[in-house]
Amino acid sequence: MADTSTVARTADGSRGVRYGLRALVVVYLVLLVGWPVSLVVRGAFADGLETLRTALSDPSVVFALQLTASVAVQVVVLNTLFGVGISLLLVRYDFPGKSLLNALLDLPLSVSPIVVGLSLVLVYGKDGWFGGTLESAGMQVIFAPPGIVLATAFVCLPLVIREVVPVLTEIGTDEELAATSLGATWFQTFRRITLPAIRWAVVYGVVLTLARALGEFGAVKVVSGNFEGRTQTSTLLVEQRYQDFEQGTAFAVAFLLASVSVACIVAVTFLRSDSPSSPKATS
Amino acid sequence: MTSTVAERPGRAARERRPAPAAPGRRRRTPNGPYRLTAASGLGLGVSLLWFSALALIPLVAVLVETSAGGWPAFVAAVTQPQTAAALTLTVTQALAVTAVNVVMGTVIAWVLVRDRFPGKRLVEVLIDIPFALPTIVAGLVLLALYGPSGPLGVDVANTRAAVFLAFLFVTLPFVVRSVQPVLAELDRDVEEAAASLGASRFTTFRRVVLPALAPAITAGAALSFARAISEYGALVLLSGNLPMRTEVGSVRILSYLENGQPAQAAAVASVLLLVSLLVIATIQLVQRRVARRG
Amino acid sequence: MSIEIRNVRKTFGDFVALDDVSVSVPTGRLTALLGPSGGGKSTLLRVVAGLEQPDAGTVEIEGRDATNLPARRRNVGFVFQHYAAFKHLSVARNVAFGLEIRRTPKAETAERVDELLRLVHLESFAHRLPSQLSGGQRQRMALARALAIRPSVLLLDEPFGALDAKVRKELRDWLRRLHDEIPVTTVFVTHDQEEALEVADEIVVVNEGRIEQVGTPDDLYDRPANDFVMGFLGPVTRLGGVLVRPHDVAVEVLAGDAGDTDQPADGAAPGSVRGVVSRTTRVGFEVRAEVTTADEVVSVVVTRAEARTLGLEAGVAVRLTPAEGAPTAAAPREEAVGVG
Repeated sequence: MADTSTVARTADGSRGVRYGLRALVVVYLVLLVGWPVSLVVRGAFADGLETLRTALSDPSVVFALQLTASVAVQVVVLNTLFGVGISLLLVRYDFPGKSLLNALLDLPLSVSPIVVGLSLVLVYGKDGWFGGTLESAGMQVIFAPPGIVLATAFVCLPLVIREVVPVLTEIGTDEELAATSLGATWFQTFRRITLPAIRWAVVYGVVLTLARALGEFGAVKVVSGNFEGRTQTSTLLVEQRYQDFEQGTAFAVAFLLASVSVACIVAVTFLRSDSPSSPKATS
Repeated sequence: MTSTVAERPGRAARERRPAPAAPGRRRRTPNGPYRLTAASGLGLGVSLLWFSALALIPLVAVLVETSAGGWPAFVAAVTQPQTAAALTLTVTQALAVTAVNVVMGTVIAWVLVRDRFPGKRLVEVLIDIPFALPTIVAGLVLLALYGPSGPLGVDVANTRAAVFLAFLFVTLPFVVRSVQPVLAELDRDVEEAAASLGASRFTTFRRVVLPALAPAITAGAALSFARAISEYGALVLLSGNLPMRTEVGSVRILSYLENGQPAQAAAVASVLLLVSLLVIATIQLVQRRVARRG
Repeated sequence: MSIEIRNVRKTFGDFVALDDVSVSVPTGRLTALLGPSGGGKSTLLRVVAGLEQPDAGTVEIEGRDATNLPARRRNVGFVFQHYAAFKHLSVARNVAFGLEIRRTPKAETAERVDELLRLVHLESFAHRLPSQLSGGQRQRMALARALAIRPSVLLLDEPFGALDAKVRKELRDWLRRLHDEIPVTTVFVTHDQEEALEVADEIVVVNEGRIEQVGTPDDLYDRPANDFVMGFLGPVTRLGGVLVRPHDVAVEVLAGDAGDTDQPADGAAPGSVRGVVSRTTRVGFEVRAEVTTADEVVSVVVTRAEARTLGLEAGVAVRLTPAEGAPTAAAPREEAVGVG
């Protein structure tokens, strides 16, 4: 990443500046991120694995973890299907309103999760636009798992798209046209040519979606009602246990969630910068 | 916003431009674009249906709910003392944090791109952590060092500083990741030319590098601001959500909702929503300006 | 006729790529679509392939109306400028692709792939990935891939454009020999007139969306239909109102001083012009001279021997005449580019 010749080229006088900046950055990051995180890690294992074991013996904790996992999987599937489809449409086709759609797809990233939750309640809640009709048909969305899936899907929406679109743009249509000229139908071309080409982008998108889905809090708090053992996800559980002074459990579950999410991100970052065929994270 | 995993503003700002439409002069781009066929039209329809049901209609519902009460109700909700205090706090802290991020983010990006030292990979990971962590966990993490039992003896729990700190944590990566790729691709020749003409390194930075980075910094700052005003999870445990003191906009929305006042909740939400839309518009504008510059 | 194109029109927004184009491509021959960049030749090729839909007009392939047939049903082999290799498939799998799509039995596929790889001399690369091949090898693979489906027509879009000069020449010759061996109707697009003149049986000159001329290389070079064709296929210079090839200019050294270049000398042939040599350059066995006349600067090319005999050097007064029987074209009103 850094130009080695750059480092060699700088004059002696600016070495002070360079060390100074380096020190500033390190201190800032340690104080803001590094140290706090290490304290939490230490806290989670203060009593060795005992804290973890106690936490996992609580059925509510297990339920919360299972719910989080189940929601995450559903969201990954939904958003991958939607994400790949819409990416193809955005890159390979032309239609009126395309740039507007492109801009709107970025919305979920800048919207507050509380607003997300509120918006879903307004539409799918008991008194909402569609909620009444849905509930009389037997489908409860708000205060039930489907609502949690919707809320999480909302906030994760752009993640797969943002990975796939640049790759689709970069590879161009040549290979797909070649396949067509050789007699392949659209589906054959998609399965044999396009999909293998975007394989890694989809993987990154899936991993990032997974990490985000595991960690969603605000939107889920609004739509789920936070009913323990019914609609309480892992993040909601962490909040509740901490406020009930059961800090050990809170830390243990927090650590579980954090380690999976961080592992996902780190994996993507390193895979991306190492693999020559996939787009670089920093370029 | 909770766990903002991989809002990688750098990539968004640069790579998610729609494929350039043939302006009439140049022939087909290497990406098509094709006209919609029956099958792809159907696919588009289904996708739009899903997107509308999931995101568009709900967000419109927020705006509709707000306007249902008319302008007076909106103003009343927003200027209610507790709400006004919350919004003011949110915006001022977000601006302050964004200012810090603009400086620190650029510095961090600079060090990451231009410097080499052992452990740089660790620094990269540290920057990604605020992306990855569930926000509730971010709150716990900050509490560990800056809370009542923290080793530093500093306790910001239930103070305004907690809001500032939480915002700072979750917005850390935005300016960095926005500036980093642009800085990495910067042509060194221009800086060398400036040096040969007698410019000091600082002058070169100020007059040559900074202008080139300005769009990326702006985009990162916009995302940072939007993220900060949206934050909820990291504040829940850290700031105590004390009314008139450490309560932020998103907490007010939740209170209104829990008190069965959806219209007021929607009013405050609309304010935040409009800011989000403004942010997106800003970024699109910046992108277009950059694209034109070539 | 293998391909019949009738009144095809294609626009991209405001840009007219093809303007009422009609042309017939003879069966079994190697035809070049030649013209400058942006002139419409690639568009025409892609219309034939079905990769672009014309706004108007028809395309017939082997007597069948193909205008509304999608690309994958036209049985045309297409070779792209940048190879369009399936990067994740081996060379053999690339070549086999068209056959696998058609569910050809494995044994038959393997046999045909072998046959084609031997034809293009890539047998030992069967299991390599395209990224491990050179540009020229990739293009040969692309050709084998296109031939695998036994196309009725083979279309090549600037096939050697992405290769460096030496490889380009080699592949050019190789394509010609391949075609002699497998006489599939072949159309290739190029902007390189030397390539077209060397390889093609017939050349179609395309410019600004229109056909300028169709004919054999000799036809086009010796009997150009207009100034564009003449200028595109070889060097031209402007001599007193006509375009002529620099090596088709007869040079006569005038004794004494230049005299009044405006006055025609007695006994001078029509169309001859007087001037003074302003510069001579030796390039290989040619001598290129620039002669300043009253109206223009004329480029003249003679052999070294001739230059020596004539005593051609700067400052000498000469009379220039288009050689007898040399191809000429009316010069356009604007300054024609005198390519020396």
